[in-house]
Amino acid sequence: MLHLEIVTPEQKTYSDDVDSVVIPGVEGELGVLPQHVPLMTQLLPGELRVIKGGEELRLAVGEGFVEITAEKVAVLTDMAVKESDIDESAAEAAIRRAEEAMKDNKLGDEEYATVKASLQKSLALVRVKRRRS
Amino acid sequence: MANLRDIRRRIKSVKNTAQITKAMQMVAASKMRKAQQAAINGRDYAILMNRVIVSLRDAVDQTTHPLLARREVKHELVLLFSTDKGLCGGLNTNLFREVMAFPAETTSFVSVGRKGTQFLARMKRKMIADFPLRDHPTFLETKAISKFCIEKFLDGSVDKVTVLFPMFVNTLSQVPKAMPILPLTSVEEGGIAVQQEQIKVPEAGLLFEPGAESVLNAILPAYIHFSVYQTLLGTRASEQSARMVAMKSATDNAKNLVKDLTLEYNKARQASITNEILEISTAQLALG
Repeated sequence: MLHLEIVTPEQKTYSDDVDSVVIPGVEGELGVLPQHVPLMTQLLPGELRVIKGGEELRLAVGEGFVEITAEKVAVLTDMAVKESDIDESAAEAAIRRAEEAMKDNKLGDEEYATVKASLQKSLALVRVKRRRS
Repeated sequence: MANLRDIRRRIKSVKNTAQITKAMQMVAASKMRKAQQAAINGRDYAILMNRVIVSLRDAVDQTTHPLLARREVKHELVLLFSTDKGLCGGLNTNLFREVMAFPAETTSFVSVGRKGTQFLARMKRKMIADFPLRDHPTFLETKAISKFCIEKFLDGSVDKVTVLFPMFVNTLSQVPKAMPILPLTSVEEGGIAVQQEQIKVPEAGLLFEPGAESVLNAILPAYIHFSVYQTLLGTRASEQSARMVAMKSATDNAKNLVKDLTLEYNKARQASITNEILEISTAQLALG
């Protein structure tokens, strides 16, 4: 059994025993099964898949970290939304806003990085939502 | 009788005060709920983050990353979280007592919150920066604070960074707490979260992907940024709770005072009526 925990600064999004989980890591997609070797890696905005009892649950996640031990996966991220909870139109509006803000080129370095990060998160949201339909 | 009018005037002013403190109590109560919720929401993340950092700290050599390096403490930086406004009971006073425990010569301060800034200026302590604070702090704002601390630590001007803040225990109790955050090797288990949990260090060394340096470079500053943010949320929750309790006792006191004054007023009024009757009947007797 593999215990998966996904937490964001706002709440604990997911906490359950699962069969396996596929994580969008910096080095590409990372599938984790029980008895994985202890590993620490970074998370990129994208789609996280949880497989439990033959069913698959998709979540859109933001940047963060993953700590993997033999029986546990801890995902620390700034965003985690279940596929069913994604508001596609809101995410698209956010993408448009972010792209416009970046085009203006008036942002400081720090702001630019923030906007870019939020753009990537919104893109991840839309990507996860559209996969199914 | 002049006395009667004085009492009436006092009752009125005490009633006004009670009205104000009552209103402040209500405002603080509603803000408190929000602030407490915000602080509690972040707790799971804080606990997990803390666990990751602690297991990380034990798994890697402390020379791997500058933020982990323990140096001889010649200068200490204290990040002081206080409130902007007063009227929150002994919250700030208790906090400032802790400030005095740090040696004046080797400690510099960074203040968040106006009350702390004023106190440090009055005590002539060394203050290298102060940050203003708003009611709803955002992560980005606190990032500026933590970034400043990290820079000071990395350029060697301070060897240790401690956060001093009123820790939120529950609505009735807030305890000043000093918590070391830099170097990260001095981070305690439990840290920002109150809860203590047994931490199991993976016996077969931890793997890093893409590499220890890259992961540490990302997670260590992120931990500091988040700790500072979470601390600030805790400070906010403490402030509003303390204010609500202080205002509640002020309202109760005012109400008691009004009761006592009303009694006194009625007694005085009765006395004056008795006096008048006495005067009238004496006059009648004298005439009759």
